[in-house]
Order: sequence, then structure tokens, then C-alpha cells
Amino acid sequence: MDTRIIVVTSGKGGVGKTTVTANLSACLAKQGYSVVAVDADIGLRNLDVVMGLENRIVYNLVDVVENACRLQQALVRDKRVDNLYLLPAAQTRTKDAVTPDQMRYLCNSLRGSFDFVLIDSPAGIESGFRNAALCADEALVVATPEVSSVRDADRIIGLLEADGKNSINLIVNRFRQKMVDKGNMLDVNDVSEVLAVKIIGVVPEDDSVVISSNKGEPLSLGLQSPAAKAFKDITDRLLGKDVPLSLPQGEQGRGFLAGLMRMLRL
Amino acid sequence: MGFLSRFFKVGNSKQNAKERLQVVLIHDRADISAGMMECLRRDIISVISNYMDISEEGIELELEKDKSSVALVANIPVLRVKRRLEGTPGKEEKIHAEGKKKRSQNRKR
Repeated sequence: MDTRIIVVTSGKGGVGKTTVTANLSACLAKQGYSVVAVDADIGLRNLDVVMGLENRIVYNLVDVVENACRLQQALVRDKRVDNLYLLPAAQTRTKDAVTPDQMRYLCNSLRGSFDFVLIDSPAGIESGFRNAALCADEALVVATPEVSSVRDADRIIGLLEADGKNSINLIVNRFRQKMVDKGNMLDVNDVSEVLAVKIIGVVPEDDSVVISSNKGEPLSLGLQSPAAKAFKDITDRLLGKDVPLSLPQGEQGRGFLAGLMRMLRL
Repeated sequence: MGFLSRFFKVGNSKQNAKERLQVVLIHDRADISAGMMECLRRDIISVISNYMDISEEGIELELEKDKSSVALVANIPVLRVKRRLEGTPGKEEKIHAEGKKKRSQNRKR
């Protein structure tokens, strides 16, 4: 089995790495691929709660690399969709608990058993990020249309390129068309021009993202919403389908009145 | 007037953001590690040495940054310019030159 290992990273914290990892994993699994979502944020584990699997964790990534358990024992199977697994991070350890060699060994054991391995990287550019990116064939860089986030994304892209990663795609998250229309937010073209990297998707700011993380139910498994559509599109593009990059309208209305209001920039 | 301007007012903070980002990134991207700078210095020496004798101790090499651009500035004292490329037969005449300045834009990430 040809496994694609994809690291989801951003540099800056709080821009949506975990949300992206959870939703793309669920989306890929829903399309019939076998997927394992790996939480590489040792010490600040969160992917489990976003995926709603926190109650079923027995062992974690550090247990696996320290040989305290077998890999299969640590993988948490998602019951809502076939072939979706979570490898949770340890909560009581720190980033130093895993060495690059251990990470390489772990990735090698995952390679061949799954179609996709999505690694949720911690924020920052230190060892945690380096471990997460170490074995990845591809990188998804998440950025919001803000100066600080785009700057950090640029730094991360530089580091990934220096490491020889040649498949680097950008996800613009928390995009607000309304603010762009008013000239108060960087639009997608600005971001792609500044970063000179391919954009694989634009996820609109969407209340349903918060609601889904409240429930612990990835969007792709439940709610229909603009963000869910965006994640579906990104998944399709990852799979090589040619889905045009349409700008999502987000929370904005679509009716005649809303259109008129947009025209008048109200 | 307030009513009208509400209709036509378009914010410009986006332009602000873009310009600030571009300036910040020019500087971020020009950050070069000491190791890479040393490699660059060695490469420059080896290339230039094909054409002239230079004073290796006297070389100054740095990235000069101003508000919107970054330049690689090298100050390389030249002791003698070679008449022929190394390895090709022929007479070499001694020519003294000093403090030649070389400037080139650096757009490396």
C-alpha cells in the first residue's frame, strides 16, 4: 500500500491545524481511504477532543515509541466511520519525550498499513515541529489572512523547503469574504502572491467549526456548512481531482437582499 | 455626508497589511545562518580566485538591509588580476587594484 504522510503545520498557534487535521482525516476516511491522524503535539494533546475520541484513549504515541505497547494498541478507532484511526499524543510528557529516530521508526511502522497518515504538528519551529515534519512526504501549511500568521507561514515554508519537502500546499483558514469586500482583510490572491506557494483550499470563518468541536464531531461526519464544503473540496484536491478554487461566502447570506447589501458594502 | 460615506467607504487596512507583510518578509527571508554565510564566502573566494588574487583576510561580506530591500555587499580587496584563466598557458602580468566593490540583489528565501 502506498502511504502518503502529510504534515499539517503553521508556525503560529491557534490558526486551525488541529481542526484541519481532524476534518481532512474524517473526509478522507469517508471517501473510503484508511487514515490515521497522528497528534504530534506532545504535552498539549487536543486532536482527541476535536475528533471526539478522548474517552477511548488507553495508550499514546510516547508509549508506542518507548515500546510500552504495540502500535495497534495505541490506535483509537473511530466508530462513526470505517478506517479512521487516531494516534493520540501523550499529555503528561514534553516534546523531548520523542527523538527524531523514534519518530522515523514510528512513521516507518505506519507506512504501508494506511492510505494516509496526517500528522498534526505543534505550533513553533522547534523539535516538536521538526519531528512532525521529519517523515512527511507532503506538507499542508495553515494560515489565516493576518500579517502575523502569514509571516509565520512564510518561515515554516522556508524551513520545509530547506528540508527538501517539495510538495507544500497552503490552506487559508478563517477567511471572511465580508471583510475582504470591505478592503479590511488580505484576500486569497494577496496571500498566495506574498507566499509564492500553491493554495489548496480556502476555509471560511464558520460557526459550525466551533459547534463541531464542542460536540467532538468532525464537520465531515455531521453538519453541512460552508466550512464542511471547503474541507470536502480540499480532500478532493488532495486526491488529485480538479476542483476549482471557489471563494466561499462563509456566514454571509446568499439571497437577493444579501447580494444587494454586498454590492453596497454594508 | 455621513450617510453617503457609509455607502462608499472602503477600508484600506488590507493594503496596510500587505505592504507591511512584504517589508517584513524581505527581511525575514534575508536572514542567513552563519554556516551558510561561511559557505558563501568560501564559494566566492574560490570563484574569484580563478580571475584574481584576493586578500582573504580583508574580505567583508554582509547583507545590508534598508527599508524595502536587501543587498549582498561584498568588499573584496584585490591584490592582482590574472591575465589568463588558471591552467591556461601564457604570461601573467601583475596589475594592482584595490577595494573593488561588488553589489548584487539578494532575493533568496
